[in-house]
Amino acid sequence: MSGVTIRDLGKAFPKEDGTTTQALAGVNLEIGDEEFVCLVGPSGCGKTTLLRIIAGLETTTTGGVTVDGRAVTGPDPKRGMVFQEYSLFPWRRVIDNVAFGLEMKGVAKEERRRTADYYLELVGLSQFRDAYPFELSGGMRQRVAIARALANDPDVLLMDEPFGALDAQTRNRMQKELLSLWEQTKKTIVFVTHSVDEAVYLSDRIVVLSPRPGSIREIITIPWSRPRDRTSAEFAEVRRRVLRMIDETENTQ
Amino acid sequence: MNRQTQKRLLGIAALVVAAVIWQIVAEYVVGRSFILPSVTDVAGAFANLLGSGTLLADIAVSLEHFGIGLLAAFFLGVPIGILMGWFRVADFLLDPIIEILRPIPPLAWIPFAIIWFGLTTQAAGFVIFAGAFFPILTATYSGFRDVPKVFVEAGKVLGCDTSFELIRYVALPAAIPAIASGIRIAMGVGWMCLVAAEMFGVSRYGLGYELWHNYYLHQMPNVVVYMLILGFAGLIIDRIFRNYVDGQLLRWRAGEVA
Ligand SMILES: Nc1ncnc2c1ncn2[C@@H]1O[C@H](COP(=O)(O)OP(=O)(O)O)[C@@H](O)[C@H]1O
Ligand SMILES: [Mg+2]
Repeated sequence: MSGVTIRDLGKAFPKEDGTTTQALAGVNLEIGDEEFVCLVGPSGCGKTTLLRIIAGLETTTTGGVTVDGRAVTGPDPKRGMVFQEYSLFPWRRVIDNVAFGLEMKGVAKEERRRTADYYLELVGLSQFRDAYPFELSGGMRQRVAIARALANDPDVLLMDEPFGALDAQTRNRMQKELLSLWEQTKKTIVFVTHSVDEAVYLSDRIVVLSPRPGSIREIITIPWSRPRDRTSAEFAEVRRRVLRMIDETENTQ
Repeated sequence: MNRQTQKRLLGIAALVVAAVIWQIVAEYVVGRSFILPSVTDVAGAFANLLGSGTLLADIAVSLEHFGIGLLAAFFLGVPIGILMGWFRVADFLLDPIIEILRPIPPLAWIPFAIIWFGLTTQAAGFVIFAGAFFPILTATYSGFRDVPKVFVEAGKVLGCDTSFELIRYVALPAAIPAIASGIRIAMGVGWMCLVAAEMFGVSRYGLGYELWHNYYLHQMPNVVVYMLILGFAGLIIDRIFRNYVDGQLLRWRAGEVA
């Protein structure tokens, strides 16, 4: 069981001039075990901040986050994170990047390599196990980053626009692969994206944030089975609805 | 003929021309070996020195002074650089002290080197240390300040839960290229300090010592020989280090512009 509960969450960043930027206010959200949730919203509405708070990389100003009933107080390997920018350690081979978390846990070399090999296989990059990150394409790097997060066997996988820098084709392929990984590993996934198309394709529920201060504008449940057909009329209809919502929140500001 | 051989040949040709001009000027224009030894004077002096057998001892002693200074600079500069680069309090505490000490020319430490260490190998090592310490410290410090935030956060999320683990597994490997180039600069500065470090007679051997010794004896061809050896040895040390470091780093940095 790995539900995420966000209660009355607020976050204000102090500014140089002594005032504060209210990034998030009054965010309440329940994310179920094994659920795939996407956060969407206009740029600057606090999606990254919310994800970083769940990860424990940022503190809250008010309210808090619990995972499985335990309060989040700092980063923990139980909550894996895939960053928007490339975050693989360039001095480590692919296999040792994936094994990094296990190394920190003190798992013996043989065993952690075996586990890392398993996750590399899962993301389809076994033949690159001994390569260095600079030898990989952007899509491959993000797949390794996903394998690295999964190797810690986290309860929750947090992803901040992980495919944002990829070309459309690679991006579509990565989305398919992510869904298949999700079905195999049964992780709870919180996924930030600015692509509504991506959100409709992936999520059980789409959480639309409104800006300044970021709060939940609407939650849209998508009941369809997967894989989903991007060209279907209902897909287009939901996409249009979400887009309009984001537009409205942007214009009312 | 390809570019590479063309470059070689032109380089050699220019060296030969320079040597011929040097020889002519020395022999027919200046005419006094004390003011400007000729190429043949220097070659003869080199042959004599080779025969006398002290050259190897000179090189060994100089490398010892150099090694002591650099090792000390490394083992103090890297940890202090890490402390200042990682912990703000250490930065605030030490920065004023460092800023006052750093502009002091390394050779200004010579009187205290003698008073503290006497005419010993350590005294020479200390002068070289004074030159090599700050480049290593500064490079380590900025290497640590420039570690991309996302690496540190990835480290935290993946289970580094102490500063020690973050430094050991994330920040230090990320800063290695910066530290390596700091060491390279430090080696250059340290080598330049060598001649002065050996001038006050801490040893009976040493390239810098011999340079001064032969100057007092008015053996100017020998002085030129030691000048050239100092230059060559400095070049070789730099090349060896650079090749080694590049070999290590190129494995993972080939994709980046260094
Ligand atoms: N470390 C920070 N310091 C100050 N302000 C920040 C910081 N991080 C984010 N913000 C501010 O918080 C707001 C939300 O940012 P962010 O979470 O990055 O938005 P999004 O990911 O939705 O684009 C923005 O106004 C941003 O400027
Ligand atoms: Mg963002």
